[in-house]
Amino acid sequence: MTVTNQMRLVQWGEVTEGQMLPTYEKPPITKVQLVKYAGASGDFNPLHTDDAFAKEIGMPGVIAHGMLIMGFLGEYVMQLAGDKALVKQFSMRFGAMTFPGDTVTCGAQVKEVNSQRASLELTAKKQDGTIVGMGAAIITFPIA
Amino acid sequence: MEVTKEHIGLSTERYKVDIEKGHIRRFCQAIGDTNPLFLDEQAATESAYGGLIAPLTFPVALSDEKVTFPLKLDVRRMLHGEQEFIYYKPLRSETSYTAQMKVADVYEREGKSGKMKFIILDTEFRDDNDELVVVSRTNIIYRTLQGAMK
Repeated sequence: MTVTNQMRLVQWGEVTEGQMLPTYEKPPITKVQLVKYAGASGDFNPLHTDDAFAKEIGMPGVIAHGMLIMGFLGEYVMQLAGDKALVKQFSMRFGAMTFPGDTVTCGAQVKEVNSQRASLELTAKKQDGTIVGMGAAIITFPIA
Repeated sequence: MEVTKEHIGLSTERYKVDIEKGHIRRFCQAIGDTNPLFLDEQAATESAYGGLIAPLTFPVALSDEKVTFPLKLDVRRMLHGEQEFIYYKPLRSETSYTAQMKVADVYEREGKSGKMKFIILDTEFRDDNDELVVVSRTNIIYRTLQGAMK
């Protein structure tokens, strides 16, 4: 597998302001995934892994880590950038809660672009359109 | 304890973090991220990066439980509102960095249910030359206890 053959890699010299970039739909979130993310990230808040605990504090069950959703958006931004552009800044504001079974789709729109830099507006949405993350990224190109 | 602007600048000691490729692999598996720049040594070496790097959000997986923060925050009041990563250089696999967490800002804004307090925590990662590699910036909404009980 090479870095450059990914489906969503963008030709950065050719994008225009306002352009919507190809979206990326993740597989549905699973409880096992939340346990794996807890272990890999070190965030062991039982709200993400223990249904009984989550119910005690008024949730219908465990909720996904906000940083897992940001991880999806980060995965997506790196697919867009490949090794053709550097991601200098990447941020996300947390939105609605995400539950096991939810499917998250990542999208991006070009806000500003010149010959060496683009700023992107990012969204992570659930299957019903609810926004679970609003993000932004600044990328520069080419990689020197 | 109330958090005020006087706490801006408080920081942890500097501590060492080691980025291990097995840790990156587990982090990627959890997210479902298969980018070869993080996982495939040969592809990464042949890429413009010249070697394996870490995913953009990986700095959050580098906290150290042994490091104590000089500001006691009430977890019941904390809401993670926003997260930002500011990259100066790529974060490389199988590399050690020096990390330090700081209170970067404390401010109030008028919200729907009265004044809301925000705390900005920056964790800075520096390389062997003491140059900044990435800042992981966490924006915490610090609710009043009354608000937390609603």
